Amino acid sequence: MTTMKIGFTVNGSATTVEVEPRRSLADTLRDQCGLTGTHLGCEHGVCGACTVIVDGDPVRACLMFAVQADGAAIRTVEGLADGERLHPLQQAFWEHHGLQCGFCTPGFLMLATWLLERDETLDLATLRHVLSSNLCRCTGYQNIIQAVTAAARAMGKWSDG
Amino acid sequence: MSWVGRNIPRLEDPVLVRGDGRFVADLAIGAHSVRFVRSQVASGRILEIRKPPGALVVTGEDLGDVRPIVPRLNRFNYAAIEQPVLPRDRVRYVGQAIVAVVAATPEAAEDLADSVEITIEPDAPLVDAEAALTGAPIHPQAQDNVVVDGRLRTPGCDAAFAGADCLVEIAIRSRRQNATPLEARGGHAAYDRATRRIVLSASTQMPHLLRTGIADTLGIPETDLQVIAPDVGGGFGQKMGLYPELIVLVWLARAKRGRFAWIEDRQENLIASAHSRDQRHRLRGAFDKDGTLRALDVDVLSNIGAFSCYPTTCGVEPLMAMTEYPGPYKLSEYGARARGVATNTCPMAPYRGVSRPVITFALERLMDRAARQLGLDPVEIRRRNLVDAFPYRTVTGLTLDEASYREALDQAVARVDLPAFRRRQTAARAEGRYLGVGLAVFNERTGYGSPAFAARGMEITPGYERVDIAMSPSGDVEARIGASPHGQGLRTTLSQIIADELGIDMARVRIIHGDTDRTPYGWGTFASRSLVLSGGASKLAAAQLADRLRQGAAALLQSTPDKIVLGGGRATVAETQASVALDEIARAVHHGPVALTEALGRDLSAFAIYDPAGTFSNACHVAVVEVDVETGAVRIERYIVVEDAGRLINPMIVDGQIAGGIAQGIANALYEEIVYDDDGNILTATLADYLVPTMAEIPPVEIHHLATLTGASVTQAKGVGEGGAIGAPAAIVNAICDALAPFGIELYEIPATPERIRALLRAREPR
Repeated sequence: MTTMKIGFTVNGSATTVEVEPRRSLADTLRDQCGLTGTHLGCEHGVCGACTVIVDGDPVRACLMFAVQADGAAIRTVEGLADGERLHPLQQAFWEHHGLQCGFCTPGFLMLATWLLERDETLDLATLRHVLSSNLCRCTGYQNIIQAVTAAARAMGKWSDG
Repeated sequence: MSWVGRNIPRLEDPVLVRGDGRFVADLAIGAHSVRFVRSQVASGRILEIRKPPGALVVTGEDLGDVRPIVPRLNRFNYAAIEQPVLPRDRVRYVGQAIVAVVAATPEAAEDLADSVEITIEPDAPLVDAEAALTGAPIHPQAQDNVVVDGRLRTPGCDAAFAGADCLVEIAIRSRRQNATPLEARGGHAAYDRATRRIVLSASTQMPHLLRTGIADTLGIPETDLQVIAPDVGGGFGQKMGLYPELIVLVWLARAKRGRFAWIEDRQENLIASAHSRDQRHRLRGAFDKDGTLRALDVDVLSNIGAFSCYPTTCGVEPLMAMTEYPGPYKLSEYGARARGVATNTCPMAPYRGVSRPVITFALERLMDRAARQLGLDPVEIRRRNLVDAFPYRTVTGLTLDEASYREALDQAVARVDLPAFRRRQTAARAEGRYLGVGLAVFNERTGYGSPAFAARGMEITPGYERVDIAMSPSGDVEARIGASPHGQGLRTTLSQIIADELGIDMARVRIIHGDTDRTPYGWGTFASRSLVLSGGASKLAAAQLADRLRQGAAALLQSTPDKIVLGGGRATVAETQASVALDEIARAVHHGPVALTEALGRDLSAFAIYDPAGTFSNACHVAVVEVDVETGAVRIERYIVVEDAGRLINPMIVDGQIAGGIAQGIANALYEEIVYDDDGNILTATLADYLVPTMAEIPPVEIHHLATLTGASVTQAKGVGEGGAIGAPAAIVNAICDALAPFGIELYEIPATPERIRALLRAREPR
C-alpha cells in the first residue's frame, strides 16, 4: 500500500512520519511516535479513551486519519506534566482517586484539559455534559467529577452557578 | 501513627496519570500482528478452510497435538465438555476463533483475515437455555445439554411448604451482560533466544493460572513459559480465563521463534470474549403470617454458552447460586436445583458478583412480593428474617461470621427518611409523577480460601495466597505476591499493612506482582479476595520479618527480642533510649562480619500462606427513583449505601470499589444487555448498542460505613470488590416497582429498559 509523508507537532515537537492513508491518528501516535499514553478502548468513537487535542479541539484519535492531522498541533497526555510537576488535573485525579485501572484516564484528562482551557468558567452541569462523552468502567465517575472540580477551583475556573 | 485506616493517595497513580503505564498493546508495537477469523455461524460443520497462498495462517489442523481446554468438576453431575483451541470439525458460536492469521501490521492482518475462505454447513442453533434442554446435543459429553446439575433438599422442606400460611412464587430473568473492561483482551508472546523460553505478557487477572493452563494445553513444562500481567485495564472477571487466543500466541512464538501480538478489538470483545448473568430463577417461598420465611425452593437455569470456562468451570454461576441463595436471611428448610445449560452462544465466565446480583435481585423481589401479599412493611419483613446472631451456620453449610445485617438495614432506612419520602411520593403522584424507593439487603462471601472451592469439587482448587517478603541490605522491603491487581490499588493497601507491621514508612515498601518469574504461585485477583488473602498473608509474613528484625536488634543492642519495639524505622529497647535503625540491622545482617552475624543470622526474609474459610461483608442499598410513565425512562434521584467491610485499610479505595461496583450494577439494572437473534447473531456488537452508562446516567452515591471487626480475617478486613454490583439491580428494580405500584406493576426482568417498562404499562392502560 502507498504511504504518505506528513508532518505535525506533538506536544510542541515537530515530527515527520510516513503513513498509509488509512492509518488512524491514534495508531500513528502510538506506533510511530511512541506515545502510548493515548489508549484505544473501542476504535469506533464511543469510549473516548483516545481523546487528544488537535489544533485546540478535542478529537477522538481513533476516528481521525493521521493524514488529516498533517500540519496540525497535537497534544497528548504525555505533554501535560511539566517535568516532575504534574498538571493540576493529573494531581487532582491522583488526590481524588479519579482512576482505578487508569486505562480511560488519558482520554478524560485531555478532554478535561480542553474544558478548563476554554475562556469561560466551568459549572457542574457543563462538566457532566461534556465528560459524559467518555466512558470509565471502574470509578462510577463521581471521583472524576470531584477531581475535575478540584482542578477547576485550583485554576480559578470553577463557577458554582 | 498507623498507615492503615488512612486515605493514602495510591502509589499506582503518578505513572498512570502521566500516560506512562505499560498495557499489553504498548508492548505489542513492532511484533507480528495476529488476527483471528471468527465464525459467522452459530452452529455448523466446517467443510473447508482455504488459506491465502504465501501467508502465515494457522488452523486447528496445524496445531497438531495441542490439547483442548477441559476444566473439570468432580461433583454435581458435571459433564467435562471440551473446547478445542481452534476447531477442526464444528463451530459452536458466532465469534468462535477458527483461524489465526499473521501479518506485519494490524491493518495488514485484517486484510489477510478477509481473504481466508471458510465454508461451513450451518445447522439450527440453540440460543436459549430452555430451548437447549430439549434440543440436539451441542457436545457429545452432555446429551441433554445440561453440563452441570446441582441439587439439594433438606429433609423437612416439603413439610414446611405443606404447612405454610402463605406461598409466594416468582420467576425472574437476568439478561446477558458483558463485563466490558475498557481495555479489551490481548497478549504478546515473545521467544527469547538466550533462554529458549517464551515470555507471554497478557491482559490477565491470573498470571500463574494462565501459565498452568497454557503449559498443560501445549504439553510443555511450566518453566518454559513466563507470564507477565503488565498494567491491566480492568478485568471484572472477564480476564480470569484461559482463552484460545493466548494459547495460539504462545504456540506461534514457540513454532516461529518470534514475537506475536493479538490486541482484541471492541467488537471481538463484545461478541467473543465472555458473557455473564444469562439466568432464569424460579423461587417459591413459604412464609408464616408474620412474615417469617420457613422454606425456600429455587430452580436456577444458567445459560453457560458454548463451552465451560477455565478454571472455575461453568458451574460457577449456578452452583454459587445454589450455595449462597439464602443470603443474609435465616432459613432452615431449603431445596434447590441449579443447572448450567450449553447453548450456541459466547461462553459464560464469572463477572463481578457472579451469581449474587441475580440471587439478590430474586430474593429481594421475593421479600417485597411477600410483604405485599401478607400486608407487611417491606422493612419489617426483612428485619424479621435477617440473621442476627453470629456465627450462624447456613442451611447450605456456610458459616456467617460477625456482621451487621440489621444495623445496616436500620441505618439505611433512617437515612432515606421513609416517612418523609412517602409524603413526597404521595404529593408527586397527585401531579402525575411516579417516585419509588427500593431496598436491597445482602451479604457477600469474600476472601475465601481453598475449602470453599474444594466444596464445589473443582479439580483445580484455588484459594490460598502466598506472600514472600524480604528486606534488602539498604533496608527497603520487597513483597512478592501471587495476587494480580489491576485497578484495586493493592500496591498501596498492602504497603500500608506491611509498613504498620514493621514500623516503617510505606514509601520503603515495594509490592511486586503480575510476573510468574518474580512472584510465588498464587491465584490472582478476583472474587473480592485479594485484600483479605494477600493482605492477610502480607501481615503474617511481615510479622515474621518483624520478629527477625527484633532478633537482630536484640543482638546489636545487647537486649532480648521481647523487649524490642519497632517504630519510626528504628528498633528500640522498650523504656530506654537504646535504639538502632532498621537500615543498620539490614546492613549488618547482609554484610556484617561473621562474628556479628552468628547472632543475627544471614536472612531477613519470610513467607506466609493464608488460606482462610472466608468472611462475609454485608450492605443495604437504597435507591430512590422516578419513572417517567410516558417514556418508561428511569432516573435515579438518590442512592444510599450502608455497608460493612470490617476494618477499612484505605477508606478512599473502599469507597472507590463500592461506587464503581454500583455503576456496573446500575448498568445491569437499567441499560446493558447482549442481545442475540434467533440465528445466534449478536445484535449489540458496538458500544453504541451495548449501553455502558456514562457520567450522565450514574448519580452520586452516598456511602456510609459500619465496621464489624471479624475474627475470620487476620487484618479484620472483609472483601468489598463486588458488593456494589450485587446490590444495585435489586434496589433499583424494587424502587421502580414501588413507583409503579399505583398501576399494579411488578417487574422481574433486568435490565429494566424503557421498552420493558412501557410494555408493562401499556398492558395496564385502558384501550
